[in-house]
Amino acid sequence: MTDARLEVEDLHLWRGEQHVLRGVRFALQAGQCLEVTGANGSGKTSLLRTLCGLMYPEEGQVLWNGANVRADLRAFHAALVYLGHEPPLKADLSARENLRYWIGTRWRLAAPQLAAALERVGAGACSDRLVRTLSAGQRRRVALAALALLAVPLWVLDEPTTNLDAAGQQLVGSLLAEQLARGGMVVAAVHQGLPAAVHEFGEPRQLELAA
Amino acid sequence: MPGSSAAGALAPLPAPRSAEQALTGAATVADMEASARPASALDAARLALLRDLQLAFRRRAQLVQPLAFFAMVTMLFPLAISPELARLREIAPGVLWVAALLASLLALEFLFRDDAHDGTLEQYALSGQSLTALMFAKTAAHWLLTGLPLALMAPLAALSLGASAAAIPGIVVAVAVGSVALSLIGSIGAALTLGIKRSGALLSLLTLPLSMPVLIFGARATQLAIGGASFLAPLELLGALAVLGVTLAPLAAAAAVRISLE
Repeated sequence: MTDARLEVEDLHLWRGEQHVLRGVRFALQAGQCLEVTGANGSGKTSLLRTLCGLMYPEEGQVLWNGANVRADLRAFHAALVYLGHEPPLKADLSARENLRYWIGTRWRLAAPQLAAALERVGAGACSDRLVRTLSAGQRRRVALAALALLAVPLWVLDEPTTNLDAAGQQLVGSLLAEQLARGGMVVAAVHQGLPAAVHEFGEPRQLELAA
Repeated sequence: MPGSSAAGALAPLPAPRSAEQALTGAATVADMEASARPASALDAARLALLRDLQLAFRRRAQLVQPLAFFAMVTMLFPLAISPELARLREIAPGVLWVAALLASLLALEFLFRDDAHDGTLEQYALSGQSLTALMFAKTAAHWLLTGLPLALMAPLAALSLGASAAAIPGIVVAVAVGSVALSLIGSIGAALTLGIKRSGALLSLLTLPLSMPVLIFGARATQLAIGGASFLAPLELLGALAVLGVTLAPLAAAAAVRISLE
């Protein structure tokens, strides 16, 4: 899908008395990556959540392929995956069960696909353990398996490398590189910069939010 | 909406990966795209239901709590009032329904709370599926885990309160149908109080007034069943409330959940 494009026009978002997003604008083409940086509290997460349509901006709009996403939010959601700070996993289900239920609500999955994705992110050995017994890094890896499973054009990631070791950072890099290589887009809020593999596809575009 | 989800998927591109990578057994993205099919709303709802059932059986204590509460309350009345069956029989419908109402309220607090906490609701809202259908599935799971067991326990409570065995089928049906309405009404309250810490008290203030029609018709149906009369009229009204709930409550709950995610 080479004509996919994401445009954000002049977003203004208020949270109570706080003017969090002050006229944020950017455009992203297929195969491009946007790195959102900024100090704590500068509104990175708010921007990502507004982008996904979870929050309503006071002004401005998000355009997907030229159409306001509010017009058909469900179609837009079907085209994106959002990973927040915390991996959306149930402590009382195993890694495999978590993915089955979570991704299964979006895609029909075969068991081998699930196993392959868990293997891919290095969580194959702990796929049958309850998530409550996994470390933060392992949970993050399980959540990343969702990215390996969902072939959607837009990835919206909030700090995708938190809690990951060096190998995990590389894994994020290779997942992102793959997404960009096949013409997907990535919007990622980061603190330490994205893994090197991403830079092979041209410098990621930068967006710095002022606190 | 399978059509729109399909349009949102990437068209399969030539795999950007080498042959030996494919040979290592890791599925390539192109493979996955070729085999991936968007899940229908029904698939999604079924999985949401199964997820909640499986989770409930992993946390049995939470599951048993409302049922134990129901049993305790109905057992306390004979002790507190009098062991005289004629007298107990008179108050049995009221006791049964108030206990059922409070027991179902007890379980309600957990309906969305954990899901809101761990980001599951967020993922539901962003799944591209109908949030209304998913909310309906969650409420259905809630009914299967509290309403249905309550209906099955009701005979025991009714017998201990002096009802005759002939009244049992009527009581079970009335509680089963009434609790459908209770679960649905409750799902709106639970979704509306999501953003609030220690929402228990507010939840009951919101839910109990709305549950009154269920209480009235449920108690009446039970009373008629115990008296051996035809209880069809109040039962039909209970059914109507349940149908009204099925059509409207998931919509309202979905809207409330969206607001809570903001």
